[in-house]
Amino acid sequence: MGLFDRLKAGLQKTRDILRTDVRDLFRAGDILDDGLLEDFEGRLIRTDMGVAAADRITSRLREEHGGRTVDVDAVWETVRSELRDLLKSDDATAWDPDNPLSPLNKADSGPTVILVAGVNGVGKTTSIAKIANLLQTNGNSIVLAAGDTFRAAAVEQLTMWSERLGCDIVRKDSGADPASVAYEGAAKAVELNADYLIVDTAGRLQTQKNLMDELEKIRRVIQKVIPEAPHESLLVLDATTGQNGLSQAKSFSAAVECTGLVLAKLDGTARGGVTVAIRQEMGIPVKYIGVGEGVDDLELFDADGFVDALFAK
Amino acid sequence: MFEGITEGLTNAFSAFRGSGKITEGNIRDGMKQVRTALLEADVAFDVAQDFVRNITEQAIGEDVLKSLRPDQQLVGIVHQGLIDLMAGDHTLPLKRDGVTVLMMCGLQGSGKTTTCGKLARLLKEEGHTPMLVAADLQRPAAIEQLKIIGEQVGCPVYHEDPAKSDPVQVCRNGVKQAKAGGSTIVLLDTAGRLGIDEELMKELQRIDNRVAPDMCLFVCDAMTGQDAVNSAKAFNEALELDGVILTKLDGDTRGGAALSVRAVTGVPIKYVGVGEQLDRLEQFHPDRMAGRILGMGDVLSLVEKAQQEFDEDEMLAQQEKMQQGKFTLDDFRKQMRQIKKLGSMREVMKMIPGMGKVVDQMGDMNPEDDMRRIEGIINSMTLDERHNPERIDRGRRNRIASGSGVEPAEVNKLLKDFNSMGKMMQDMSNMSLKDRMKAVKQMSDGGMMDPNANIQEKKIRSKRGPIDSIQLRDKKKKQRKDARKAKKRNRRK
Repeated sequence: MGLFDRLKAGLQKTRDILRTDVRDLFRAGDILDDGLLEDFEGRLIRTDMGVAAADRITSRLREEHGGRTVDVDAVWETVRSELRDLLKSDDATAWDPDNPLSPLNKADSGPTVILVAGVNGVGKTTSIAKIANLLQTNGNSIVLAAGDTFRAAAVEQLTMWSERLGCDIVRKDSGADPASVAYEGAAKAVELNADYLIVDTAGRLQTQKNLMDELEKIRRVIQKVIPEAPHESLLVLDATTGQNGLSQAKSFSAAVECTGLVLAKLDGTARGGVTVAIRQEMGIPVKYIGVGEGVDDLELFDADGFVDALFAK
Repeated sequence: MFEGITEGLTNAFSAFRGSGKITEGNIRDGMKQVRTALLEADVAFDVAQDFVRNITEQAIGEDVLKSLRPDQQLVGIVHQGLIDLMAGDHTLPLKRDGVTVLMMCGLQGSGKTTTCGKLARLLKEEGHTPMLVAADLQRPAAIEQLKIIGEQVGCPVYHEDPAKSDPVQVCRNGVKQAKAGGSTIVLLDTAGRLGIDEELMKELQRIDNRVAPDMCLFVCDAMTGQDAVNSAKAFNEALELDGVILTKLDGDTRGGAALSVRAVTGVPIKYVGVGEQLDRLEQFHPDRMAGRILGMGDVLSLVEKAQQEFDEDEMLAQQEKMQQGKFTLDDFRKQMRQIKKLGSMREVMKMIPGMGKVVDQMGDMNPEDDMRRIEGIINSMTLDERHNPERIDRGRRNRIASGSGVEPAEVNKLLKDFNSMGKMMQDMSNMSLKDRMKAVKQMSDGGMMDPNANIQEKKIRSKRGPIDSIQLRDKKKKQRKDARKAKKRNRRK
């Protein structure tokens, strides 16, 4: 399966919902009135993109097509370009479909450190396994640091993954200081001259100040070994998350300066539309999407593909 | 949050203040605000739409009470509407004798395993003997997690080797074992799955058919957005849910999912998970949830939080000291530290109704910074000075100021504020409740709550104020020039 097909498969449900509704909604010859627009706004809101973004798209539709008869293709083009505008902004993150590692920042020399954080149960550990697998299949050596010393059996979970993938792992007993695990991970990555170090962290709600401070500490401690680390700090977001995703992005960015999002669990009915709002407000791009439970169900995010897959015919 | 909806409503209703009745004409804008508030709280679109329609019908024609502004009254109606919608039986009907089997289900990462542990602990405290069954054979290390949790709560965990068993078998054997072992409640921890994953949903149905649990509880992440409807519907259709447990409510999510799930399934929410520790499972309170969805202050939760963090004896001791006027700077510092434990001042203040606006007005002002400075000043005092602040003379004041890196004037101000605060508290603690309320009101009118009253000034390194070297040079130049001119003029005369 090619990338596009995978993305499409992952977004099948989303597309079904949007497309069928939209075909019902906008029929050539109808007049685009407020009632139609309001219905359409409802569809957009159901993707979790938030009232503001949905408002923006519908008001642009109203401006350009309001009161006229519907030209399905033209309406589509407007929606699509507006969505693309929302998802893309002017920073330099590259999504090269031929190179699955293209959106990741890379260290000039020595190990590249990827710090992975997120709230509880979004799929951090699974996402780490997927990223590790992706890096490994592209010929990189990897060290994992099992920094989730809080949740019962989280270390075991990552250890199982490391055994399956066959990569190095630094672990300590549960209850140990996660920063010390991260420190040792960094030291080991330097010692082995690994290409990548991926640091797992315990899930934490963004409102817990002490835990967010702990996250900051992890970052500081890694910097003692590798000064410019973490080169990439990824926030894992559950695709089912609603508007709270924005608050998550804000708080985690304050602590570890997120450089990208991993949108997990996109294989369900959820649409992950909150990433549109996050992109718009915070400028943090989605870098990868998780589209299944298998270890290679991780896809490169690509704004055009995302929008096109949403509306593909 | 609260500001969002009330502000919007105030604007929407500014035109019709005093008109006395809620009519279709003047309610429309207000209802739009309510709808936006609900959608921003992640209430499902259709649910929000229906709710707004019903409330509008209800509210039209209602007389505006004299004591209330129409926006306040509308918020009241909406609030009550939400409570009514979420009300129900929030307890678990357990069998008097025999074994009650509870099945937990939900999406991946919603918190099933942790909730199992929490529920087991709660039931154990109520005098039951629960047993946990590890039926999640999918996620790596899920069985280990349940085993560890079982150990922490002190109840047995039934598990089998995942390679040689399947979930249905584990559940059946688990229930058998529970009956033999004398447990009264069995909690089945099933694997997380997607509502659209038919194969796994069928597996869940097989467990339901073969094991016949007495109750099926849906574990739902409170942060779920619009999708909550879809998954709740799928699980309800497959299993006929009996209750919902809402998890991760300790975050700052508004939790509109509660309303969506309730509206779609019709089953009541039983418990809410409010923390990672195993004792953080609470009864569901529709009134609190309603306030939360609307972004209204959550005073009750604040009070509970305060009770958790504050040491009661300590509080009593301090109160006593206040009454006797023996409240020292040391006690003051202690209290400040306790307040800090509640979280950031902004968050705390947002929980108090009406204070949300103050938080906004504060802008960039950061109460934490102020508190840190004050603590720094107190830290720089000797114990003796803290107990007898009147002993602080000029010399001591300068020492304290340089020790804590502030201006001597700030030390002075702290001492003055502390002094007047002490007097006020002493007066207040001798008042009746009613007088006390009055005094608080006076305080807030008199500038205590005026956010501009105590704005931190920009730190000035030099006593002469900020110096702009270029400006200073030009000024000096001009002075010299003027002086020369004046000299010349005087000579001519």
